[in-house]
Amino acid sequence: MTALLEVRDLTVSIPSRFGEFTAVNQVSLEIDAGEIHGVVGESGAGKSTVGSAIIGLLESPARISKGSIRLQGDELTSLDETDYHRLRGDRISMIFQDPQTSLNPLLSIADQLIETIRQHRKLSEEDARRQAIELLAETGIDSAEQRMNDYPHQFSGGMRQRVVIALALCTDPELIIADEPTTALDVSVQKQILGLIRDLAAQRKVGFLLITHDIGVIAEITDRVTVLQHGKVVETGPTAAVLGSPQEPYTQALMAAVPRLDRRLSRFRNIVSVETRMEGENLWKIEGASASHASNWLLGGDKVARHAPVAVGRATERADNALLRVDDLDVTFGARRSWFSRTPGLKALSGVSLHLHRGEVLGVVGESGSGKSTLAKAIVGLAPTSGGSMQFNGSPLPDGRHRPRSHLVRRQIQMVFQDPYSSLNNRRTVEAILTEPLLFYKLASKGADTRRLVASVLELVEMPQRAMLKYPHQFSGGQRQRIAVARALMARPDFLICDEPTSALDVSIQAQILNLLKDLQSNFGLTILFISHNLAVVRQMADRVVVLRRGQVVESAVSETFFNAPQADYSQQLLRETPSLSLLGTPV
Amino acid sequence: MIARFRRYAIENELLHLFLHNRVAQLAAFIALVMIGGAVLASFVAPTDPYDLASYDLLDSLLPPSWVEGGDPRFFIGTDDQGRDLLSAILYGTRLSLTVGLLSISFACVLGVSVGLTAGYLGGRFDAFVMRIADVQLSLPAILTALLIDGIARGILPQQSHDDLMIVVLTIAIGLSLWVNFARTARASTFVEKNKEYVQATEIMGMHPVRIMLVQILPNILGPIMVILTVDLAVAILLEATLSFLGVGVPPNQPSLGTLIRIGTEYLFSGEWWIVAFPSLTLIVLIVSVNILGDFLRDALNPKLR
Repeated sequence: MTALLEVRDLTVSIPSRFGEFTAVNQVSLEIDAGEIHGVVGESGAGKSTVGSAIIGLLESPARISKGSIRLQGDELTSLDETDYHRLRGDRISMIFQDPQTSLNPLLSIADQLIETIRQHRKLSEEDARRQAIELLAETGIDSAEQRMNDYPHQFSGGMRQRVVIALALCTDPELIIADEPTTALDVSVQKQILGLIRDLAAQRKVGFLLITHDIGVIAEITDRVTVLQHGKVVETGPTAAVLGSPQEPYTQALMAAVPRLDRRLSRFRNIVSVETRMEGENLWKIEGASASHASNWLLGGDKVARHAPVAVGRATERADNALLRVDDLDVTFGARRSWFSRTPGLKALSGVSLHLHRGEVLGVVGESGSGKSTLAKAIVGLAPTSGGSMQFNGSPLPDGRHRPRSHLVRRQIQMVFQDPYSSLNNRRTVEAILTEPLLFYKLASKGADTRRLVASVLELVEMPQRAMLKYPHQFSGGQRQRIAVARALMARPDFLICDEPTSALDVSIQAQILNLLKDLQSNFGLTILFISHNLAVVRQMADRVVVLRRGQVVESAVSETFFNAPQADYSQQLLRETPSLSLLGTPV
Repeated sequence: MIARFRRYAIENELLHLFLHNRVAQLAAFIALVMIGGAVLASFVAPTDPYDLASYDLLDSLLPPSWVEGGDPRFFIGTDDQGRDLLSAILYGTRLSLTVGLLSISFACVLGVSVGLTAGYLGGRFDAFVMRIADVQLSLPAILTALLIDGIARGILPQQSHDDLMIVVLTIAIGLSLWVNFARTARASTFVEKNKEYVQATEIMGMHPVRIMLVQILPNILGPIMVILTVDLAVAILLEATLSFLGVGVPPNQPSLGTLIRIGTEYLFSGEWWIVAFPSLTLIVLIVSVNILGDFLRDALNPKLR
């Protein structure tokens, strides 16, 4: 029996002014009808390019320079634009990452579905409508008939993705390419969408090519998986075999870097360094600069007494002596009172209470819109509060509007942001970025001293000292995040807020950054508020966990207790829905 | 050295695009030659049109040297007062460029500071300032310039008119062009101020003025540079128009606009060169500056590549 899709030695090259770049290098894979085939790899591995090449939507100047793509024996690479156009949608469909942008906001769902159906088949408006309703029902949209005339913005994210899937199905294709179909969704919705894909593959015998960076998703639903690195196939085979007992060093390293929900590692080991270091990069040194110089500076000579790091497990639920206390905090956005009207505004946080002890890592988890980031913003003073109180180090902490610019807390609390691409000013050198806090907080005077400190702290976050001469755009995401951590350290903080610090990064880079944060935390006894939507990551970092939902605290517990026996229904649901890798056995 | 330049040329987006764009190179070359000629006018020009003793009424209205009746001393002829037209154009370009650059810098500084502040602070200040800009935008630039020019003429004492005319012109043109800068700066600031690097400095408690100048300003310079180049052409044209209308620079200081105005009076009596050459100069200057502006705009806009 021939496979549904057969890709042989697919090579995609992109000519650029730096020379020809091979995005996909001799990739071969096969998909049978009804099979879900996962393509996994880190950013830049060429996953999406493989998908675009198959559906014939490679963006110029990229082109297929070698290889063949056969759909049930028909060669696709030799098709011209018109034939390909007819084939797209008819035999191959695509599901994109962001349901927000892949539906036309100006047309109702009915218009979009009926138009697509009638494009490909000669059907009357009536028949097409009936078919569209059936499809919507099949993809799990309740009262499909009434909702047909709604517009995309009237659906939630998960519902919208269901509509996109219905749209992909409406021409009864043989193959569907799903490019990161659940990345933009919360875990509970992700679970449902993955289940839907699973069912469709089984019932309709559609082949799925599922492109994702998330090993959890791959483990959850794919039958076979292909691991890509730098455009080349590293390993391919049945999912359980490849992920359970990986043969290649790269796959092993990748698996080791995936945070596990079921256990806490003290450190991630066996990580391949994906970042390419330039020759001679490490030779450039500033005299007297070293990681230990930075450690000494961070630990000593400070007026604020440093405390010994708190051992893991000493974390308690008692709120006395806390470094940070938040009581009944309310944050309301958009509330306005004018002469004529009163807008109540949106309550982003209501009655949130939590506390952190010195040297403790508190994980804050929740789905999007739960108020995680608002909490961070309220603490650092970016979001004004509308009720409740905060205490830092025993003294009351005024909210953003009333906190003077010279307030001591502005140095003591530092923040590491989610997106390393926008958290560093691209027009300033790394040296200027890192020197700024030093001079601003008057921690050092301008001169050789400052440069030595900057170089030392860079070394502490495992960057070459020479990095200080460059600009942020010359670094990768992971390196930028290291620089962002270094900037936070330059202020000699007591308390670090990390807002989704790794969610924009690949797993292996994420593991490196988590290792770095763990090291810094244990060496300097930093107190960290660690915000993440990813429970597995929080498990690796946090001593205690707070679960937020719609701006309210649902549960607050010591980490081990929480992950082993969650109390609140919502926490149980969250834990259940996070893709787990448990079926794959114990990693190395 | 050459190897280093080559590598830099590959790495630097702007330079790379420039080296592969013949039209932009040609425009840059022409603009440079004209600017060079204007800056070095006192060395390059055969005579000094400011020096009353250097020209003679007997030489007036001579055609270009290659036309019958031309004089080899005056390559492209003379004007109605016997001034060498080539020298007058060189000095005139210098004056036009000076006024253009001064007024565009004035508009830029004013517009960017207003736009940056409005974008960063938002709220009432933003609403107030941008409504003023809207009102300003609904008046044609030339009317604004004429208005300010007229007011200045009324207020200033008669004898200081000539000396202060360049300052008045600069302010008049600058005030009619600042809105573009303000709008662009404000829009870009809106984007930048929500980025995390700005939030980081806000958390630190850095002074808003410092955040605006040190953090945000360098990041919004790209689009500002484009407006600067495109509007430079507009400023030069405005100056020429005002001078043509007789409210610009005083007649004894030839600018391209005044030369064209003098020329039009003789256009129908056959002395075509007085209007033709200054106009040609103006057109070539404007077109080349505009091409450079368009090149910059395209090169700095990633969506067009």
